[in-house]
Amino acid sequence: MLLTGKARKFSQEDDINTDYIISGRYKFKIQDPQELATHVMEDLDPNFFQRRQDGDFLVAGRNFGCGSSREQAPQAIKYAKINAVMAKSFARIFYRNAFNIGLPLIECDTDQIRENDELSVDLAKGVVANITQNKNLAIKPLPQVMLTLLADGGLVEHIRKHQGFALEEKSNIKNQISK
Amino acid sequence: MGQTIIEKIFSRHVGKKVSANEIVLAKIDFCLGQDGTSGIVIDSFKKMGAEKVFNPRQMAVIIDHSSPSPNEGVSRIHKKIRDFSLEQKINFYDIGQGVCHQIVPERGYVVPGDLVIGADSHTCTYGALNIAATGMGSTDVAACAATGQNWFKVPATIKFICQGKLPLGVYSKDLILYLIGQIGADGATYLSCEYTGQAIDALSIESRFTIANMAIEMGAKFGIMNGDQKTLAWVKKHSSRKFKFVQADQDAVYSKALEFNISQLTPQIAKPHQVDNVCPLSEVAGTPIAQGYIGTCTNGRLEDFAEAGKILRGRKIKKGVRLIIAPASNWILKEAMKKGYINILLEAGATLVTPGCGPCVGTHNGVPADGENVISTANRNFKGRMGNINAFIYLGSPATVAAAVIEGKIADPRKYLK
Ligand code: SF4
Repeated sequence: MLLTGKARKFSQEDDINTDYIISGRYKFKIQDPQELATHVMEDLDPNFFQRRQDGDFLVAGRNFGCGSSREQAPQAIKYAKINAVMAKSFARIFYRNAFNIGLPLIECDTDQIRENDELSVDLAKGVVANITQNKNLAIKPLPQVMLTLLADGGLVEHIRKHQGFALEEKSNIKNQISK
Repeated sequence: MGQTIIEKIFSRHVGKKVSANEIVLAKIDFCLGQDGTSGIVIDSFKKMGAEKVFNPRQMAVIIDHSSPSPNEGVSRIHKKIRDFSLEQKINFYDIGQGVCHQIVPERGYVVPGDLVIGADSHTCTYGALNIAATGMGSTDVAACAATGQNWFKVPATIKFICQGKLPLGVYSKDLILYLIGQIGADGATYLSCEYTGQAIDALSIESRFTIANMAIEMGAKFGIMNGDQKTLAWVKKHSSRKFKFVQADQDAVYSKALEFNISQLTPQIAKPHQVDNVCPLSEVAGTPIAQGYIGTCTNGRLEDFAEAGKILRGRKIKKGVRLIIAPASNWILKEAMKKGYINILLEAGATLVTPGCGPCVGTHNGVPADGENVISTANRNFKGRMGNINAFIYLGSPATVAAAVIEGKIADPRKYLK
């Protein structure tokens, strides 16, 4: 999967929490992800939805997505047509949620990326190219579980397709969807 | 090689011995959702093609975040959740029953040794009872509702050894704020925190909940404690389920062990807008306060109202300042009334709101105005958290909030306790 687009950065780089990604004010009353997306990152950057373009990458520092378990956070990013989020590290609940809904996350040294840089990402090969600066960035390879979920189109599709979990996991447990 | 508490709990739920960093599929004892997340749990559950919850007795849904509903959008979500819960015959708690993280242990659904997931980040609270409990997203909970299991990466563990004894007027809230300040908002990302030492042993179960609750504020997956006589008595009082405590082996392997002596600890405050922006209260004493809030899954329990009551008894909240109180459950409200705590707080001028999350997450009542400072017993002070991005939230213990609303500024609670 080859993704290309421009980098979007924020005044705050580290610890961008899920309240900033989508405020509790909206997530409790709006169910339509398309409408939620218009409020993405609003509390950190009120004009973000206007300035972003389809296929952009969100670029942040450490601990992106910390805070609440709201799945509306990666949903809002995905429905704002953001290709992927790049950060130095991610908070764990957000990390799972993003792959569960099919939003790729990339761990890399984001200090090497400036606002507006043109980027291209090959997830399968694990390569990020900063086209503007003409250099490649090393990325942390994705665990197999994540690649499987992305390939299936997220956790819902994964369970639906396999009628339960079919990850390369260690278990003695019989696993089946309950009907 | 020895195992940590978490490795043992996972081994039990996977059906063979596993250790840190392995990816496993595990059976889950209990799962839950709240009104902000259960709408998506239901959607994902249906989209997966599931028809019945794997075991309705092992799932609960609690309406606590915006309850009673403030507008028709929320009402629509509540109705959807209510209909699904009744149809699936899962455990269901409607408005006014309390915060999910109080209800689930209080009603005895979870016991030591369990593996629990919740569509709410503070699910880690039950770690205080020697339970491996963690927050996940709605679709992960839906997958559990559909199959009774989920996949995990078994986390490595950081051990916090807390020695000494908390001084008068200094509480478990001050201790956990201090620890978060020390290791930072991502200091325990992907890890399990084991809290041990005399200082933890000396705490009541309620105070332990406060500490386990905030493990997520350092990025942790679990915040877990050993079981002891207090845990045994507490769980037996609330649950009829059988259980066995899980203890770490002597030679268990930890990613880190940090030791603290807390005998000299003073009241702590987390300043806006980060939970790890922690300082001793003395550094911000005198900061004007417009609103206080005592409640939430962190500090809305009986002993929290007792402590606030000790300070506010016979005193009044300063004119122009308001104090909102929200007991963490209907049961706590009733007990606090019986014991007279609620009366003391109301006499002092407090406003009592529905048991539940109250103003914690800015979805209904108690939204501060632009430029106002709030002091709260909650676990998060992010910008906009209470519904206004132009307000400033300080976090502290219930005693610290009580002292602040008397003076209209951040003040040391210890002077009221001598
Ligand atoms: S009280 Fe606050 S932190 Fe706790 S569950 Fe409710 S909204 Fe979340």
